[in-house]
Amino acid sequence: MAGVQVSNVSRSFGAHKALDDVSIDFADGGFYALLGPSGSGKTTLLRQIAGFDFPDSGRIAIGGESVERVPVEKRRIGMVFQNYALFPNMSVADNVAFGLSVRGEAKAVIATEVQRALDLVQLGKLGGRRPHQLSGGQRQRVALARAIVTKPRVLLLDEPLGALDKALRVDMQIELKRIQREIRITTIFVTHDQEEALTMSDRIGILRDGRLVQEGPPEEIYDRPKSEFAATFLGDANIFRGDSTGSGIRLADGTAIAAGAGATLTAGAKASCAVRPERIRIATDVGASESNANMLRGQVSKRIFAGNNSTYFVERAGQTLKVIVQNTGIERLAEGQDVVLCWSPESTVLIAG
Amino acid sequence: MAAATASRSGLRSALPLLAPAYLWMTVAIFLPLSAMVFFSFMTELPLSGKPWAFTLGNYAAFFSQSLYLTLLLASLRLGLEVTLWCIVIGYPAAYVLAKVLKGRSREAIFLLVILPFWSNGLVRIFSWAMVLREGGILDTALNAVLPFKINIDLMYSYPAVIIGLVHSYVPYMVLTCYLTLQAIDDSLIEAGRSLGASRLQVLKRVIIPLSMPGLVAGAALIFVPVVGSFMEPRILGGRTGTFYGTVIEDQFVAVFNWPLGAALSFILLAVVLVILAVASPVLKRAA
Repeated sequence: MAGVQVSNVSRSFGAHKALDDVSIDFADGGFYALLGPSGSGKTTLLRQIAGFDFPDSGRIAIGGESVERVPVEKRRIGMVFQNYALFPNMSVADNVAFGLSVRGEAKAVIATEVQRALDLVQLGKLGGRRPHQLSGGQRQRVALARAIVTKPRVLLLDEPLGALDKALRVDMQIELKRIQREIRITTIFVTHDQEEALTMSDRIGILRDGRLVQEGPPEEIYDRPKSEFAATFLGDANIFRGDSTGSGIRLADGTAIAAGAGATLTAGAKASCAVRPERIRIATDVGASESNANMLRGQVSKRIFAGNNSTYFVERAGQTLKVIVQNTGIERLAEGQDVVLCWSPESTVLIAG
Repeated sequence: MAAATASRSGLRSALPLLAPAYLWMTVAIFLPLSAMVFFSFMTELPLSGKPWAFTLGNYAAFFSQSLYLTLLLASLRLGLEVTLWCIVIGYPAAYVLAKVLKGRSREAIFLLVILPFWSNGLVRIFSWAMVLREGGILDTALNAVLPFKINIDLMYSYPAVIIGLVHSYVPYMVLTCYLTLQAIDDSLIEAGRSLGASRLQVLKRVIIPLSMPGLVAGAALIFVPVVGSFMEPRILGGRTGTFYGTVIEDQFVAVFNWPLGAALSFILLAVVLVILAVASPVLKRAA
């Protein structure tokens, strides 16, 4: 097992820059999510790490050893594909045995290791089946067992849960996390599902147009997004745009919004503030303890009830703000009602415009 | 369950779709073929006006003269060799078409593969004669390039027959293999390599087993007609080109002994069917 260092990697396909000077350090034993919309370069980056494709420039190291020109079969990685890619001409056990068998391991060793891997993914009794006789979730487990049985240095997962339905996906998320903890393997996980990235990974890297936008633990990216894109792609955010005052911004209509976190900006520069919808309190009038809070007045234009919470859409100076309120059963606001929105500066992140 | 419903209500509605093909098969293949079965048990052709009787003599002739068996074995060997060459030449071409080339270049190369289908068989064979004979295109070209004098006269030889037949039949192998290779998901190849298998190991353990149905179909499409072929052996083989197929042709065209010709073809058909029947479980296990 080993960490992975990606340094200044670029890769172009014709005129299209799929990866543009990307550097990420994946520490040994960590669980990383590469998150981004389609076309952001996350799969391209994974394929560079796997060795299916080589970077135009930059360095990739696995366990401190430069591998950017080493072909995939010599990199000792394990990979799980989106469509599972199980060999249809082999039984489940033979699929799992493939990596050990091409390496020329003894038959007895292969049999023991295969059984151990199948037990780990809780498919110990299905070794004799063919892939087409398995359900989607079972195929996923076989693909995982096949990828880890060779004791790879890194485990790479390309949207591995994308083809599963919602309930099964949650099961597999927990399962994957358990197995990853059990064998302590560096895992890099490509996904476009922000919830999956948040719940599963130790660190997230957000990519956009071939560039790494932000990288860090899920809480940090969620609470301290460094760009409007990061703020809106990972979770929901209300974005206010205006001129920096140094510790906040001033909107076009003169309203000041104080920010307790984020970039340090010189006054007067273009800047924006991001606030999560669940951090805003919504009320019919100003409360007593809101003296230093940010405050805006608006009108409820729409309310969406979702059981445990409600989302209010509030119109304010041509902008629609989103507020999520837990269903405490105390207060329900009607559409068309005038409201006051309050939130603390600590919940406000200043972002360079 | 879906299959069961389809078979119950489907057959009646499928009848109008099936009828033309089966009517045509009945008229165009089954009737003449049964006539041939009938002829093969006769002493004389009834069309000639001579008296005739039923006999097993035409079939007995095959077993009484060792020449027929020798020729049949030579033809089977020819069929095997041509099929093997078609695999050797056709499979890599199909692989490149299915897995390496994309877009326009694939179309262009595909056209080159299909081209022999669009040319007349006789023209194709005679153009090979132009190439292969002494003083022909191959001989002249090689002597123009090479510093020493060599004599290339492949005409009227066993290799010439092989070359002509392989040229005629290799498109079948390319097409059947192309279809199965194209159906193999690229991620299977990537999965194999990510597990540490070299390209050769992936080919041996994943690609070839998965494309076995195409190889088998191609081999059957080539082997069967080549065993009975007569045009290429006669024109390109000359005196060395006497095979089982040319003997059958002689019975129909030169000797006018249709009953013997018919009997010989049915023996060939039986032998080929037995070979396919014996081979199919083996091939199924491999695939």
